[in-house]
Amino acid sequence: MKALLKEIGSGFHSLVTGMRITLGQFFKPQVTVHYPHETLKMPVRFRGHIELVRDPQTGKAICFACKACEKACPSDCIIVEGVKREGERRKSVTEFKLDFTKCSLCGSCVEACKSEAIRFSKDYNLASVSKEEFIMDLFKRLESEQPKPPQAQPEQSKEAA
Amino acid sequence: MSIIEPFRLLLFLVGIMAFVGLNAAYLVWVERKGAARFQRRPGPTEVGYGGLLQPIADGIKLLSKQLHVPPGADGVLFRAAPLLVMIPAMIGLAVVPFSESLVARDTNVGLLMIFAFGSINVMAIMLSGWSSRNKYAIISAARIVSQDVAYEIPMLLVVVTMLMATGTMNLNEIVQQQAGWFWRWNIFRLDVNPLMPLTFIIFFVCMLAETNRAPFDMAEAESELVAGAFTEYAGMGFGVFFIAEYANIILGCAFATILFLGGWQSPFGVWSGVFWFLLKMYVLVFTVIWVRWTFPRTQFYNLLNLSWKLLIPISLSTLILTAVVMKVLK
Repeated sequence: MKALLKEIGSGFHSLVTGMRITLGQFFKPQVTVHYPHETLKMPVRFRGHIELVRDPQTGKAICFACKACEKACPSDCIIVEGVKREGERRKSVTEFKLDFTKCSLCGSCVEACKSEAIRFSKDYNLASVSKEEFIMDLFKRLESEQPKPPQAQPEQSKEAA
Repeated sequence: MSIIEPFRLLLFLVGIMAFVGLNAAYLVWVERKGAARFQRRPGPTEVGYGGLLQPIADGIKLLSKQLHVPPGADGVLFRAAPLLVMIPAMIGLAVVPFSESLVARDTNVGLLMIFAFGSINVMAIMLSGWSSRNKYAIISAARIVSQDVAYEIPMLLVVVTMLMATGTMNLNEIVQQQAGWFWRWNIFRLDVNPLMPLTFIIFFVCMLAETNRAPFDMAEAESELVAGAFTEYAGMGFGVFFIAEYANIILGCAFATILFLGGWQSPFGVWSGVFWFLLKMYVLVFTVIWVRWTFPRTQFYNLLNLSWKLLIPISLSTLILTAVVMKVLK
C-alpha cells in the first residue's frame, strides 16, 4: 500500500515536472530562423564554389591568369584564359571557367594561388534544372557584380528565373 | 411556451453552430501556434498576419477534396458516422449555461443529458472505424470502445460525487450554488469531500481520455494506425471529425468549468458573467493543449491500467467518502 502510494506520488510529480518544463519553454524566445525572410550569416570557413577576388585599389580581378589553379585542380574543372594588354605590367584574366559539376571543393586551387586571387564564396543558394547552369564563368560573375560588391545580385535573380 | 421561444431556440442553434465552427477553426490555429511555442518554433506565419487565415485556407482545401467511400465499405454508416460524432457535442452545448440567462435549454436534467448524448460519441467513432473496412480503422474502433468505456466509469463516479454535493442536475443551479469568492467553487468544497481537488484532476484526465486527446489518442495514434478510425476519410468527412474533436474539448472544458470552477461566477463575488465562463474554459483548453505537447502517447495497457487500477478505485472511494461525510454532517 505504502509502495503504491509512493509510486503514485512520484509518478504525479514527474508529470508536473514535465508540465513545468514545457511551460518554461513556452515563454522562451523561439530559435527558428525564418528562412526566406532572414538568413544566417555563413561562417568564415564555409566553402561555397570558388570566386575571384577583386583588388580593392583597382577594382579589377587580382588574378593574372598564371594558371596555377588550373594545374592544381585534381578534377580539371578550371579553365583560365588571359591576355596581356598594352601598357599593363601583367596579364589580366579574360575567362575563368569553373565546372562546378565536377568540383569537389577540395580547395587545392585556393591553396595553389600565390596572390590570393581566388577564395571560397558564401553562395549556397545553388539550385537549377539544367547542368549547364553550373559551368560558370567566374570572370563574368565578377564583372556583373561590378557596381556594389558584396552580394551577387544578378546571379541570384538569374537562378530564380 | 411563449411565441418567441422557437425563434430564441433557432437563434441559439445558429449561435452554437457558429461557436463550435469558429472554435474548431481557431483552436486548430491555437493548437498549432501553441505546439510551436512549446517547441520554440514560430508555427504558421505565412497565411495572413501570424497565420490567422490558416484555418480558412485549410478549410478550403478540405472542402475542395473528393468525398470518397472506399469500395467494400458500409456506405450508409460510413457517411453517417461524421454526423453522429458531431451531433452529441452540439446537443451538449445546448444545456451549457454560458451565463445566467445565456443558455439555450435550462433543463433540470442538463447534467444527465450531456452524459447521455456524450456516450454516442464512442459509438460514432466505433462505427466510423468499423464501416471503413480497413484493418487500422478496426483496431482503432476496438481500442476506442475499451478506452472510452474504461474512462466513462471514473468520470461518471466523479460526477455522481458532485451530484451528491450539489443535489441538482440543473447546470445553472449548480453554478448559482458556487456564487461568491472562489473558495465557494466546488473544487474547493472540502466540507463535503476533503479530496475535492483530486476529483477535479480525475475528471480532467477522464475528459482528456474521452475526447481522445494525447496522451490518450489511441483512436488516432498516427505512428501506429495511420489515422486510426479516420484513415479512410477524406475531405470534409475528415474535417467534421476534426471539428467534433475540438467541439468535444470545448464541451468537456465547459463542463469542467461549470462543475468545478464556478461557471460564470467571478472569483471575487462581483461582475459575474459570460466573460468569466469563457476565461476559465479557455484556460482549461490551453491546459489540454499544454498536456498534449508535454506527454508522449501512453501504451494501451498502461492506459487501461490507469483507469481500472487507479482512477476507478480512487473515484469510487471519494464517492463513498462523500456519502459518509454528508451523512455524518447532516
